[in-house]
Amino acid sequence: MMIKPVLLWSDALILLLLATVAALVWLARKNDTFRAPWRQVMSSRMGAGTALILAVYAGIGLLDSLHYVERLPGAPGQTAGQQAQYSGEVRSALDALLKPLRENVEKTYSAPFATHLYAKETMPGPDGREVRDFPRLKHGGAHLADPEKDFWSDVSERAGLGLLGGWVVWLLWRSWFGCRNGGARFGLPGSSCSAAGPPRRNLTLLVILLTAGALIALAPHYHVLGTDKVGQDVLYLSLKSIRTGLLIGSLTTLIMLPFALGLGIAAGYFGGRIDDAIQYLYTTLNSIPGVLLIAAAVLVVQVQIEANAEFFDTAAARSDVRLLALCAILGVTGWTGLARLLRAEALKLRELEFVQAARAFGVTDARILLRHLLPNVMHLVLISVVIDFSGLVLAEAVLSYVGVGVDPGMISFGNMINGARLELAREPVVWWQLAAAFVFMFVLVLAANLFSDQVRDALDPKSGGRK
Amino acid sequence: MLNYILRRVLYAIPILLGVNLLTFALFFMVNTPDDMARIHLGAKHVTPEAITRWKSEHGYDKPLFVNPAASGIEKATDTLFVEKSLKLFVLDFGAADDGRDIAREISQRMWPSLVIALPTFVVGLLAYLSFALLLVFFRGTPLDTGGVILCVALMSISGLFYVIGGQYLMGKLWHWFPISGYQPGLDAWKFMVMPVLVSLIGGIGDSSRFYRALFIEEIGKDYVRTARAKGLSDLRVLFKHVLGNAMIPILTGVVVVIPRLFMGSLIIESFFGIPGLGSYTIDAIQAQDFAIVRSMVFLGSLLYIVGLVLTDISYTWADPRVRLE
Repeated sequence: MMIKPVLLWSDALILLLLATVAALVWLARKNDTFRAPWRQVMSSRMGAGTALILAVYAGIGLLDSLHYVERLPGAPGQTAGQQAQYSGEVRSALDALLKPLRENVEKTYSAPFATHLYAKETMPGPDGREVRDFPRLKHGGAHLADPEKDFWSDVSERAGLGLLGGWVVWLLWRSWFGCRNGGARFGLPGSSCSAAGPPRRNLTLLVILLTAGALIALAPHYHVLGTDKVGQDVLYLSLKSIRTGLLIGSLTTLIMLPFALGLGIAAGYFGGRIDDAIQYLYTTLNSIPGVLLIAAAVLVVQVQIEANAEFFDTAAARSDVRLLALCAILGVTGWTGLARLLRAEALKLRELEFVQAARAFGVTDARILLRHLLPNVMHLVLISVVIDFSGLVLAEAVLSYVGVGVDPGMISFGNMINGARLELAREPVVWWQLAAAFVFMFVLVLAANLFSDQVRDALDPKSGGRK
Repeated sequence: MLNYILRRVLYAIPILLGVNLLTFALFFMVNTPDDMARIHLGAKHVTPEAITRWKSEHGYDKPLFVNPAASGIEKATDTLFVEKSLKLFVLDFGAADDGRDIAREISQRMWPSLVIALPTFVVGLLAYLSFALLLVFFRGTPLDTGGVILCVALMSISGLFYVIGGQYLMGKLWHWFPISGYQPGLDAWKFMVMPVLVSLIGGIGDSSRFYRALFIEEIGKDYVRTARAKGLSDLRVLFKHVLGNAMIPILTGVVVVIPRLFMGSLIIESFFGIPGLGSYTIDAIQAQDFAIVRSMVFLGSLLYIVGLVLTDISYTWADPRVRLE
C-alpha cells in the first residue's frame, strides 16, 4: 500500500527536541565534567533501571510520532497520471505495528481476557428461539472452539511461549552485552564474563522483556486489558496515550526553557530596572491561580480554533494544534519557578571572581552570560526539567478532567480516566479502563520521579552527601 | 511594621493591575465579545442582530478603552475596561452570563468551600509534619527507608485515583459516607470526612518528603550536636530545635495558601459535589462563562498577595531576627 508521510507540528517539535539533545550530547561527549554525573546516574542500579523504563516509554512515543496517511485505492478507470487520493485518517508507525489491536473492535465493554461481551443481547439460541445471553466477542478469544474448556490451556500456552521468548531475548542480551567490562562486549556468548566480574543482572530489562513477550503472544488473540465503551482495545488506548503524556511533559519544557533561562539569568545578572521588571512579571503571573490561568488561556485558544476551523485539514491536525497550544500555555505559565531559582543563582555567580575577572578584561555582557553563567546554572536547569516532567504528566489528567486539557477526541490518560470514572457505578464494575490508565501513568511517573532523584543526587552539589 | 505593610499593599496595586490587563487582553482582545456571543448563542442562532442584542443585554456593547461617543471623563470611563475589569478592584464583580450576581454567589459559596478546605489544611499540615518527624526520628532505619519509598510511590499516583478510589471504597463498597453532596449545618461533617481524607492521602507523599528533607538538612548542623551533647533527649531536640529552625521554609510554603482556602479545590469540590467556589469555577469554565472566570482570577490573585504579606509577618513571629522595615 502506498503511503505518504505526514509531519504534524508536534512531530516536528519532537524531532527538533531530539536533535537538540543529540547535539548537546555530541558537544559534551568529550567533556568529563558533563559526563561524570551521568555516568554516576547510569551506574547506579536505580538510575539505569528507571532510565530503561523511560526509554521504553520514549520509544513507544516516538513510534507514535511517525505519522503517515494511506493512499486510497484508485477509483476504477483512474489512470496512473491522475492525482492520487489520500485517506483523511492520519496513522502512525505504532498504529501499523498494533494493527490487530486497532482493528479488533468489539461492540462495547468486555473484561480483560473475556470471551463474551459485557452486556447481554438477544440472539437466536441453539434451538432457534430467541435467548438473552452474553454474546461471544468478535475478536477476543474468537479462535477458541469451546471457551470454557479451552480458555486456560490456550492462555497459558500462549503466555508461556511469550514469556519464554522474552527470557531467551534476555539471555541473548546478557551474553552479548551483560558484562561489566566492556572488553568482553563483542566476544562470543558466555566468554570471559568471569574475568570481568559478575554479569550485570538487569532485572528491569528482564521484566520489560517478559511483559513484552507475553503481550505480543496474547494481545492479538485476546483483549488483555479489556475493551472500552465503544469496544476499542484498552491496551491499544493505553499505548497511544503515552505519546500525549510524553509530549506534554517534554514540549512544555522546551517552550518554558527560553523564558526561564533568558529572564531568570538576565534578572540576576543585570539587576536594577531589568530585575524589577522581570520580578514584577513573574509575581504577576504567579499570583494568578495556576489552573485558572491555564483554563482561561485554553478557553481562548479553543474559541480561536473553532473560529478558524478551515485551517486544519484533518481532525488529527486540529487536536495536534490544541495539544501544542496547551503545551505553550503550560510553558508560558510555568517558567516562573525555575526563573526565580536561576535569578538567585545568577545573583550569586555575578559576584564571583571569574565573572568579575571576565568583566575586568572587557568581555561583553552577552559573552559572559553565554560562556560563564549559562554553563554554571545548567545543573539547576536539568534538575528542574526532570522534576517537572512527572508533574506535567499528572497535570494532563487533571486538566483533561476539568475540560481544559487536550482535545476530547485525542487519546490520552486524562480522557481515558474521564471516560471511565462514572462506570464504577455499574454492576459488575467496569474497572479495567481506569486501572490501565492509572497503572501506565504510575509506572511512567514513578520511573521519572526515581530517575529525577538520581539526577539530583548526581548534579546538585548540595545533596551530594544525602542519600 | 505598619509602614512595611502599607508599602506592600501599594506594591500590590500594580500587580493586580497587571493581572487585570492580562485577563482583559485574553478575554476581550484576543477573544472579542463577538466570539463570546457566538459561543453562547450556538451555531444555529448566529445572526448579526442576535450578536448585537446579546452584547447589549450583557453589557459588552462598549468600546475597549476609549469611548468616542461619550463626553468628558466618560470618554475613558464608559468603556469595557473600566466596566468589566477595573471595577473588580472595588470587588464589584458584576453579573454572570446567566444574570446572577457573582458577588452574592461568592459570599454564599465560600462557606462550604471553607468547611472542606480548612480541616484539610489543618489536619493535613499536622499529619504531614508528624509523619516527616517520625521518619526523621527513625532516620537510617528500615522504617525511614520504607517511609520514603511509600512517599515516592504515593506521589507518583494521579490525584484522580485517590478521589475515584476513595469514593468507590468508602462510599460505594463500605457505605461509610455519602459518595457526594453537601448539607449545611451540623450534618456537614458526613460530607466533609471523605474529601478531607482523600486530599490528605493525596498530598502526604509530596509534602512529607519535602519536610523530611528539610529536617534532615537541619539535623546535620552543629547546634543539634551541641544540644545532644548538653544531654537533651532526641525528642526534645527534634521538636524544639529542629522544628523551630525549619520553621521559615515551612511557613514560606504554608502561609501563602491560607487566604486561598476560601476558593476551595476545583477537583475535590467537583468530584464530591460540594457547592463551593471550586465547583462554581469549574462549572464556569465548562460553561465558558468568562465573567465568573475573570472574577475568580482576580480574587485568587488578591488572596495570593494577602498570603504573601501574611507570610512575611509570620517570619517575624517564627524568627525574632527578622524585622520588617
